[in-house]
Amino acid sequence: MITRRDFIKYSIQGIAALAIPMAAPPFNSPLSKGGLRGVPSKLSASQNAKGIRWGFLVDTQKCVGCGFCVKACKKENKIPYDANVSRTWVERYVVTKDGNVLADSPKSARDGFIKNDPMGINLKKEDIEKAFFVPKLCNQCENPPCVQVCPVGATYQTSDGVVLVDRKWCIGCGYCIMACPYGVRFFHPVYHTAEKCNFCYHRITKGMKSACVTACPFGARLIGNINDPNDEVGRIIRNERVSVLKDEFGTKPQVYYLGLSKEVR
Amino acid sequence: MVHGELWTLKELFVYPNEYIYWSIQIVMYPFMTGLVAGAFVLSSLYHVFGIKELKDMARFALVFSFALLFAAPMPIVLHLQHPFRGAYVFMTPHFTSAIAAFGVVFFSYGAIVASELWFLYRKHFVEVSLPLKEKRDKGLFEWIKFLIFCSLTLGVNDISEESLKRDEKAIRILAGVGIPVACFLHGYAGFIFGSVKANALWMTPLMPVIFIMSAIVSGIALCMLTYIIVMEIRKIKIGSQRKPWMTSVEEVKGVEINVIKITSKYLILFMIFAITLELLDLIFRGYTAVKHWDILRTVIYERDFTNIFILQYTLGNLIPFIIFLLPGLTIRRAIVGLVLALMGVFMMRWNVVIGGQAFSLTLSGYMDYVMPIIPRNWETFKEGLFGALSIFTMPFVLFWIIAKIFPVFGSEKKPAAH
Repeated sequence: MITRRDFIKYSIQGIAALAIPMAAPPFNSPLSKGGLRGVPSKLSASQNAKGIRWGFLVDTQKCVGCGFCVKACKKENKIPYDANVSRTWVERYVVTKDGNVLADSPKSARDGFIKNDPMGINLKKEDIEKAFFVPKLCNQCENPPCVQVCPVGATYQTSDGVVLVDRKWCIGCGYCIMACPYGVRFFHPVYHTAEKCNFCYHRITKGMKSACVTACPFGARLIGNINDPNDEVGRIIRNERVSVLKDEFGTKPQVYYLGLSKEVR
Repeated sequence: MVHGELWTLKELFVYPNEYIYWSIQIVMYPFMTGLVAGAFVLSSLYHVFGIKELKDMARFALVFSFALLFAAPMPIVLHLQHPFRGAYVFMTPHFTSAIAAFGVVFFSYGAIVASELWFLYRKHFVEVSLPLKEKRDKGLFEWIKFLIFCSLTLGVNDISEESLKRDEKAIRILAGVGIPVACFLHGYAGFIFGSVKANALWMTPLMPVIFIMSAIVSGIALCMLTYIIVMEIRKIKIGSQRKPWMTSVEEVKGVEINVIKITSKYLILFMIFAITLELLDLIFRGYTAVKHWDILRTVIYERDFTNIFILQYTLGNLIPFIIFLLPGLTIRRAIVGLVLALMGVFMMRWNVVIGGQAFSLTLSGYMDYVMPIIPRNWETFKEGLFGALSIFTMPFVLFWIIAKIFPVFGSEKKPAAH
């Protein structure tokens, strides 16, 4: 027969014993927020106080809409070439003299813009007020809504700021696709899991540039570690007049644009 | 082909990766959970608030709610691109996601309904299993029946007056706890949509409340409708047998219309709440007219006008409202009203889920959903008309099976005169 005193004693001891492993999870959950593959999050956070933060810069003034970036991306990341989805795309905006805004991105601009036919309308040169191209890709948001809504944690943010998808764990509910205000996500036609641009994480972590950056003949796309004071991308973001897309959503996008116009969606 | 491309028609400027990813099954999902929640709330009206006239209906609604409960997660499973990974939601829930709460809420709710049912039917289990236990040389069927009912008693054979009183108390407590959980179960389904900040139509804190109100409307309507059907079958059965010791057709008729009249009052009440909130949301959007209102207005007042104002508000709300308010309600009129009310709630779900994807994130383009009708392959089956229909019929089949164990009505014998 156990006495009341013993019962209380054993209970307290039991709780104390349970408390020891309870204190451990913050150090051994590898991919909790901020964690880098296998590195405990708290440790990596302290090592990474001013570590890498990948950022992207798009100079829309330099883009000519050739579509090389889209081609390169599709090939590098094995997105079926003819599927009507792409990790990156280029939009064409044409503002006519009477104030209409025509915008399109046929085949994600994979084949470039060859004809002067925005939205299938043949325009005369003299009717056009201004026209420009805007490349789009995942913004690798500081506060990514897609990561927030994933019910199984299959999409996550690395400590260097890139949002990745675990194809082995994604259940394919599509909630992340719905949550992204930029429409960058889609279902991979082969793997049937959520798919998105990851700045070519497999390349940038090995010292290479993203495929689209390498493919761009005009230097309209740049990638860099914006925490590095000597990095060109970081310098331009700090010193020049840059803007981001849809900042009203509070996602803190990390793809910065030079020369963005108010017509851009 | 890319998922979604088959049933999406794009118009004007739409981002290349945008498709209608959430299709008919995601319309079915809140519709089905809504029915679960509504049926449970209806049964609680009797158990918690002691509305005596609903005694018959309460029992029925609870069993039906249990049947619906199994069907509720099916639309999501069918919708998943990797249905076999569905269990990951329970295994590795990521709690910042509204969907991750599903496991916790769904199982706690299921546990509540199951235990409430157990307390309600404990007496019945004992009454079936005890005579079978004593009976010698049982046939195979009787053996199976005995095993099922004996295990359902969980070894408790005490059906004294005192213990039944305790059961009633337990039922009252469970029904009381069940109401907020049922509302939570459905409220969070509303939260799944209401919290998507990227979607201009979905993002409103009113979404969970609107969902709960319309859920109760649909739950009550479906319970009433099924109740009428079951009663009609009962009448036919009694009419064909005509035994003096059985309840007469007139008596069943009297009970039926009485229950329907009282239940319809609650239907109307919750319908008023639902419409008020929905209109408030609409007026507020128009009045504040923020950036996305331009495109929302074209979707609501032009492209989806028939779906929203004709099918949902007029046919689905206004007409049932009139039908139930006019004096002299008959069963036939009630059926029309109930079918329309159910259709109204379904259209509300449709207009939220499909309507929310009817315009592009660019706010300068549209997407049209063309529901696959003929199932040419697995995908067009599960994300098409027949997938939705199979989901909708599932609870009725389940109800038919479950009602064999939990009989919703007493025997056809007349109660002994007091």
